[in-house]
Amino acid sequence: MAECVRVDSSTSTHTMDKSITLPPDEIFRNLENAKRFAIDIGGSLTKLAYYSTVQHKVAKVRSFEHNTKAASDKLYEISVQEEVTARLHFIKFENAYIETCLDFIKDHLVNTETKVIKATGGGAHKFKELIERKLGLKVDKEDEMTCLIKGCNFVLRNIPHEAFVYAKHADSEFRFQTTHPDIFPYLLVNIGSGVSIVKVESEDKFERIGGSSIGGGTFWGLGALLTKTKRFDELLQLASKGQHTSVDMLVKDIYGGSYGSLGLTGDLIASSFGKSATADKEFSKEDMAKSLLHMISNDIGQLACLYAKLHNLSRVYFGGFFIRGHPVTMHTITYSINFFTKGEVQALFLRHEGYLGAIGAFLKGAEEDNPNQYSWGENYAGSSGLMSVSPDMNPMQRARSGTFDMLEMDRLERQLVNLPLLQDPSSYIPDTVDLTEDALAREYWLYCFEEALDGVVKRAVASQPDIPEATERAEKFRQKYRHKLQTLRHQPFAYGSLTVRSLLDTREHCLNEFNFPDPYSKIKQRENDVALKYYQKAVKSLEELSWEQRQFALVRGVLAGNLTPSGPPHKCALFFVDNSGVDIILGVMPFVRELLSRGTEVVLASNSGPALNDVTNGELQILTERIAAMDPVIQAGLREDRLTLVQSGSSSPCLDLSRLDKVLAMVVRERQTDLVIIEGMGRAIHTNYYAMLSCESLKMAVIKNSWLADRLGGKLFSVVFKYEVPAGKPSQDSAALTPS
Amino acid sequence: MDFSLGAAVFYFHPLKCSVKLNRSFPWFGMDIGGTLVKLVYFEPVDITAEEEQEEVENLKSIRRYLTSNVAYGKTGVRDVHLELRNLTMCGRTGNLHFIRFPTQAMPRFIQMGRDKNFSSLHTTLCATGGGAYKFENDFRTMADLELLKLDELDCLIHGLLFVDRVGFNGHPECYYFQNPSDTQSCVKKPCTLDNPFPMLLVNIGSGVSILAVYSETNYKRVTGTSLGGGTFLGLCCLLTGCETFEEALEMASKGDSTNVDKLVKDIYGGDYERFGLQGSAVASSFGHMMSKDKRDSISKEDLARATLVTITNNIGSIARMCAVNEKIERVVFVGNFLRINTVSTKLLAYAMDFWSKGQLRALFLEHEGYFGAVGALMELLKTTEDP
Repeated sequence: MAECVRVDSSTSTHTMDKSITLPPDEIFRNLENAKRFAIDIGGSLTKLAYYSTVQHKVAKVRSFEHNTKAASDKLYEISVQEEVTARLHFIKFENAYIETCLDFIKDHLVNTETKVIKATGGGAHKFKELIERKLGLKVDKEDEMTCLIKGCNFVLRNIPHEAFVYAKHADSEFRFQTTHPDIFPYLLVNIGSGVSIVKVESEDKFERIGGSSIGGGTFWGLGALLTKTKRFDELLQLASKGQHTSVDMLVKDIYGGSYGSLGLTGDLIASSFGKSATADKEFSKEDMAKSLLHMISNDIGQLACLYAKLHNLSRVYFGGFFIRGHPVTMHTITYSINFFTKGEVQALFLRHEGYLGAIGAFLKGAEEDNPNQYSWGENYAGSSGLMSVSPDMNPMQRARSGTFDMLEMDRLERQLVNLPLLQDPSSYIPDTVDLTEDALAREYWLYCFEEALDGVVKRAVASQPDIPEATERAEKFRQKYRHKLQTLRHQPFAYGSLTVRSLLDTREHCLNEFNFPDPYSKIKQRENDVALKYYQKAVKSLEELSWEQRQFALVRGVLAGNLTPSGPPHKCALFFVDNSGVDIILGVMPFVRELLSRGTEVVLASNSGPALNDVTNGELQILTERIAAMDPVIQAGLREDRLTLVQSGSSSPCLDLSRLDKVLAMVVRERQTDLVIIEGMGRAIHTNYYAMLSCESLKMAVIKNSWLADRLGGKLFSVVFKYEVPAGKPSQDSAALTPS
Repeated sequence: MDFSLGAAVFYFHPLKCSVKLNRSFPWFGMDIGGTLVKLVYFEPVDITAEEEQEEVENLKSIRRYLTSNVAYGKTGVRDVHLELRNLTMCGRTGNLHFIRFPTQAMPRFIQMGRDKNFSSLHTTLCATGGGAYKFENDFRTMADLELLKLDELDCLIHGLLFVDRVGFNGHPECYYFQNPSDTQSCVKKPCTLDNPFPMLLVNIGSGVSILAVYSETNYKRVTGTSLGGGTFLGLCCLLTGCETFEEALEMASKGDSTNVDKLVKDIYGGDYERFGLQGSAVASSFGHMMSKDKRDSISKEDLARATLVTITNNIGSIARMCAVNEKIERVVFVGNFLRINTVSTKLLAYAMDFWSKGQLRALFLEHEGYFGAVGALMELLKTTEDP
């Protein structure tokens, strides 16, 4: 059911602090281009959503025209261009700030095209008049449940590690789930003031199959009556300190022990509040609150299980203000679900649960833009992360972030899908080590990234030598990224599983945020240039070698190995490439050439956008053209369409095979790709080391990190070379770690 | 000592023991629950002169004490209206008396057993419910009595089927509500459980157990909930300061839960049509109590009513889901929570009918909470040997 409509008057006075603790322009970002507003007003929190365009700098490479080639001795031209991309902004704040926020928005809203604001949530009608007056926009109400489901579908589809299992006593409290390629069907149990149980079968098909009137409102209302405590948060805090056994009648209170024949343990609650049926005893507020919490959580859990069983659903997500960011309720609900299903069903929670209504309302208003046709990505730089404002988790953090929580999502240029060659997309986990679960590794990598920060800042400044304010921006970048690292130290789960990939990606997002789109562009250019000069010589010397010698030389070049030397050539090889310069030109290209000569088609997949010194698709296009001009084999490959360049859809030094460019997936399928080569630390070690593919695969990298080399049991600059054949196909798995 | 007739008599019905046994009186069955102790006592009315003469004095005094009073001590009560008269059990004719007292009074009861020298009667005290385990040692050490402990669900089912078979002094034991969705024309109608299986048996005591019963011996506990009669009374005591179940029900009968609960129409202004929810449906139990103003203006009666409605609806909801999951159409509600509680019985009847669109029928039994104790008594009569 709906979130409670009314805010307790005492709640309002408590938070009726009109000053916004952070400069509002850091919260309501990009307002000048904002359009398509949506608002979700709950019992205590308001969630505002808007679509905006962000202008930021991107590095583009362009080949010099042949006739003007003399004008420069450089290989290609790098230009920084302004690009406009779409971004979704979501801001969550306490209802007390609503007027201040509306004023701020009004003052900064330049775009006047917008006429309507989509609204949902129980409080929408209460603030309708205020919104219409302040913003001059017509409030258009949307059904709450429809918005909730739309929002839920959106986050499940677009945010990896959106869903998690909560385990209070485990090493890592949050266990994030891999994105299942098919998110349907699922059960959403929304615990607002009442409970709605909704079965979702597809994007547009959902049904409220049940509900209960015993929900968050019951906890709050009954709790307030019993304990004279007015605020919901305070009630939860009371509950977390109480002992329910003094109020509840347990099985052992009736039996003296367990009820063995039914397998009911003595500690099980037989009758909630069963001991309070007496006039001569006083009960503490804490104990009553705890008993009430157990009663309600267990009841909801039981009903959810009964509905899940009836409809044969195993994925059950919980949301609503009762759950929202409260470890106490996540724990009791999890416990209840485990008890009633004997562990068969896991209670799942969502990182952005609080935003679902606002996201859904926004999507309803943006239907003509077809937002669901695009892939979206969470912008780590602009998002606060899970529980950044939860008082339970980290009081210090709360003070720092103020009471505003933000989520930003970038519209990705390319639609992302699974690599069709993944053996089991639903169990694929890109990352090799989950740092949320591995405290030692986490310590090490957080330290590493912090140590490396100076170097990154220097490189960023150096990449823009002619721009005086670059230093200032680089400092801002430093502050932002350092703050992210600190947040992650306290809350490793803030953005889902913490991984080397997420640390790298967060850094890229922060660099982009401050307009350092490609700090390595000039370095890459220089290295590519040098390497190209050696290309012909390298190929010639390779050709002079015997076949076997050449294979070893190629191994040294790209670390590639003797691939089924006696067997028939592969039909098509998909090659995820790594660095610019020597790596791509003198390592990968001769190897590509060898594959082509053998009759194997080659698909070279490179990053869509820049990340470190990785070769981008744009750069690779130019490099390949240049090489083709020198090398008839490559030229023929291109001409005969046996050598294809595609973009991966990624701008990360790592690789998520479940989020790849749709075109790449199509090419892979059409060409009947039967060999996948993944190269480099980021793509083959930090990610995909354990990835299982349905065809032969080769993962190779040089371990350039001594800590990791130690962990893997080898030496620094060791070579990892992992050749795998899927089960059922002949050949052996050879994973080797050899000193180079 | 043996006070029963000497000869073994064969009989088939209503008790299924094949041999009429030499059971010494007194015949008791006891169900010691979390809140209440239910005691059934078989008063033989076919006592021969010879028997009368041989009957020891303290057995006589027990019989007289129990049958001539309707209240025992401060808290013991005999439900006279439930008495089953001229019942034949194990070849003997007698009246079955139904007595209850709070579990809290258990120590006093055991004390009484010692004072009356109960152990000298050489009878077996058949007991079920959790208290049979909890108080076993007290019975032994304080009163020199050995309990025959019996499983409470076995007893519940046996007792229920027995009472249903023998009927309620010529009337059916079972009833339902006709027109449950219309408060004006809703009437209680007697019925028989001719072919009782399968049935979903919902036993509402302090807590709730839900059983799927396929035959007299084949059943499973489907689930249970801790939100039961104990929760109603416990919360009512805390919220209103009342002390007894009767008091709580009395208050509830005068209250209006819509002052406490938030209804669908309080949120949506009317029905929530998108989901077919009526405006009058409860959206959030105690939902209005989130507001301080409403908390300050509420009556105890309203709170008692809301507590009753909340607990009852929740049990109805879980029972209905279990019935659907187990594919059982007949839902039988028993347990002392339903005693003098027509608000709940009617609400359960309505809830079953409304939410299942007429597919499910709620059935009730007149002897609500006593079946466990009856089942325990039947075990006594089945036992082949005296202790």
